Amino acid sequence: MTLTKKLWIGIGVLIVLSPLGLILPDHFKAGSAWGEWGLEEIQKMIGYVPLGFQKLSELWKAPLPDYAFQGWEGKDLFSMSFAYIISAIVGIAIIAGVAFLIGKVLAKEDE
Amino acid sequence: MHIPDGYLSPATCGVFGAVMIPIWTAASKAVKKTLSVRQVPYLAIGAAFSFVIMMFNVPIPGGSTGHAVGGVLVAILLGPWAACIAVTVALVIQALLFGDGGITAVGANCFNMAFVLPFVGYYVYTLISSDSPSGSGRRVIAAGAGAYVGICVAALCAGIEFGLQPLLYHTANGQALYCPYGLNVAVPAMALGHLLVFGWVEVIVTALVVKYLQKQNSVFFEGGRS
Repeated sequence: MTLTKKLWIGIGVLIVLSPLGLILPDHFKAGSAWGEWGLEEIQKMIGYVPLGFQKLSELWKAPLPDYAFQGWEGKDLFSMSFAYIISAIVGIAIIAGVAFLIGKVLAKEDE
Repeated sequence: MHIPDGYLSPATCGVFGAVMIPIWTAASKAVKKTLSVRQVPYLAIGAAFSFVIMMFNVPIPGGSTGHAVGGVLVAILLGPWAACIAVTVALVIQALLFGDGGITAVGANCFNMAFVLPFVGYYVYTLISSDSPSGSGRRVIAAGAGAYVGICVAALCAGIEFGLQPLLYHTANGQALYCPYGLNVAVPAMALGHLLVFGWVEVIVTALVVKYLQKQNSVFFEGGRS
């Protein structure tokens, strides 16, 4: 088996295991990453929402917000894990594709 | 370490966007010279790896979460300029598709994770590995050290970017306009989380893959004697 094939299998294993990144923080009652709080969290933490933050924070509506489907906020962990895996697959397909194309355009021919 | 929209002022975002443009240009030029056609699949795998490893949020029980970036590993294997491009692709798609990291903050996030992190990590790695044999344990240790220093310095940069905001941008009555926490809070929060917990995730992931690849294909470590 070629090395690239082995590495892709490794990526596949990581995709399947990725919901651990959702389940472990939930289990250990850990919150957002530092500095990645939403509007309501900020309001709770400091008692107001900074004006500039209010204007910019909801600028972009991502199609798969936080690696889940739109409107899935608060769903059970099993559904969220499913959405997480789908997000990983979609993300990797696009990212690997884009990186591959950039590489193809830039790379020099082997002598 | 993905700064969302709203935490950095538009001017800060503009500065980092402007700083990244020559870096991206230099990265394309460097990769054009050094990346061979047979390495292109590895660039794609590197970008995919960085993306998926960032999905593994590691909790500090009762506290915050963080994750590895994988950028130092890509830098060790393909060079820091290629890593810059691979991590940039991952960060841009994360922002656009998943709302992970802001659209306006993409320059700052790329500066921290696609520039500072792979370059600092790579130089620490080359410094420690020096001309050690490609299969040596010293290379594994050098990779781990590079990973640790790289991600911690990147986190420090993010902490400084956050922490400067309330200093620079506030209303007349002292309310923050963007990130409300100053340097005294943001820098220790970002630095300590990574020094104590998340940095070690980057170390383990990087060292394990380097160790595995040493056995598979020493061509990745051709800087050293084989």
